[in-house]
Amino acid sequence: MTANGFYEEIIIAGFGGQGIMLTGKLLAQTAMQAGKEVTYMPSYGAEVRGGTANCMVIISETKIACPVVAKPDSLIVMNKASLNKFGPRLKNHGLLIMNSSLIDTEPQLDETIEIISIPADELAVELGSQKSANMVALGAYLQKRKLLTADQAGQALPNVLAKRYYKTLPVNIKALQCGAEFTKSCCKV
Amino acid sequence: MVEKGQISIGTEERVLMCGNEALAEAAILAGCDAYFGYPITPQNEIPAYMSRRMPEEGRVFVQSESELAAINMVFGASATGKRAMTSSSSPGISLMQEGMSFLAGAELPAVVVNVMRGGPGLGNIAPSQSDYFQATRGGGHGDYRTIVFGPSSVQEMADCISLAFELADKYLMTAMILADGFLGQMMEPVVLKKRPSVELPPKDWALTGAKDREQNIVRSLWLGEGVLEDLNFKLDDKYKQIQKNEVLCEEYEVDDAEIVVVAYGVAARIVSGAVTRAREEGIKVGWIRPITLWPFPTEQISKAADEFRLFLTVEMSTGQMVEDVKLAVAGKSPVVFYGRPGGGVPTVEEILDKIRQLTLGAKT
Repeated sequence: MTANGFYEEIIIAGFGGQGIMLTGKLLAQTAMQAGKEVTYMPSYGAEVRGGTANCMVIISETKIACPVVAKPDSLIVMNKASLNKFGPRLKNHGLLIMNSSLIDTEPQLDETIEIISIPADELAVELGSQKSANMVALGAYLQKRKLLTADQAGQALPNVLAKRYYKTLPVNIKALQCGAEFTKSCCKV
Repeated sequence: MVEKGQISIGTEERVLMCGNEALAEAAILAGCDAYFGYPITPQNEIPAYMSRRMPEEGRVFVQSESELAAINMVFGASATGKRAMTSSSSPGISLMQEGMSFLAGAELPAVVVNVMRGGPGLGNIAPSQSDYFQATRGGGHGDYRTIVFGPSSVQEMADCISLAFELADKYLMTAMILADGFLGQMMEPVVLKKRPSVELPPKDWALTGAKDREQNIVRSLWLGEGVLEDLNFKLDDKYKQIQKNEVLCEEYEVDDAEIVVVAYGVAARIVSGAVTRAREEGIKVGWIRPITLWPFPTEQISKAADEFRLFLTVEMSTGQMVEDVKLAVAGKSPVVFYGRPGGGVPTVEEILDKIRQLTLGAKT
């Protein structure tokens, strides 16, 4: 937070194929459509399916200077390697959304960090598409931070999804809402 | 990738795009007739985007067999009076230097984009600012310059390329966009609008078929006694005009500053974050951001150095632009340097620490 309203730095990480980049782009697109300033920075190394993938998103009420996130306010991790890599970089009093379907350990982090442990893969399978686990996690994040809503993300989704994937819009929108519902039920917010 | 119908072009609406794609679309808006290029990371989104959009517009896209071919295709297209461009990343730009020198010798307009990566050699694919010398000193052989823009946001990637086409046609020379991997890859909201058109000199030198007129000859070989010397002086006059008229730079809180940080491109974004925080700590610090790297904002920096200040230059290299800063400061104030080469990206915290150290140094 700054005097001029909110300033939120987020890192989203997982393995290649989990839709990490799409999740970041969707968050950025949603923020832009809500009239916020935003930057999205992908890791663009030799990432391949099965390798690691991460991206940085900054959402702000005012112009963003530096697009590089050193210490995020929020971290969404979809697998264990990402938690190990980025967990220690989370700010104190930060927020961790972790995919408990693929992370079986308790994170050893500062006690001021709030943790939402969500079985994103299982919830997505129940909805009929395991690939939507990223949307479940994003929905949980949006509901917790309350800067943007899962509905807004659903409306922005067609703008970041290639048209050939439009048939997946309904299940992904459901997944966003499912994540939001999970946060509502697990945390008194 | 953004698809047809998903974004608004030519309106005030903000669209979310990566730097490479915004630059490509802005080039199309600026009337680019032909794109030639060969793939290399981290600028592949430019040829990928162009390969789809240029045919949609009925314009030319060629994936050449090499960077040498690409720059010489630009030469050919430009010689016919068309707006032509190429893009590459550092190693590919090195391969293009011969062609760029020939473009300068033949006084042909061209737009070249370098989305820099770490070097020397094949280096790596991480963002870097290590081609500053090559870009601002001409790069190829012979006595020539190119106009060089150092954008620092996705919006500026778009804005600079439209201006690059305009200035290339105005001065009949190459204008280069010197970006880096971060600027190419990062996404930000951008407004894609056409630049207001300005009157440009007619391309009466172009090779358009010589029926009913004297033939035009486009060349860079001038063997006659004194002919090349005359051309060199003519080019030099042109370069002096550009240095007088086309400098672009941005300043922030320089007036009362005891420390002035000079940086361009994505490094300038990181610097601006650090300077804002240093101001919150009560440190009197400002920044100057060159937008054109050549012509360099020598006068603006020289003016700032008339009062004694500490100059800190921050680059993603071991120090290249710092030499231009020193030339501008001309010994009037001390100039120090902080850099991260080879794909290293400084953090706001690192630069803030450096600023704090300088404050302590200034007091003792």
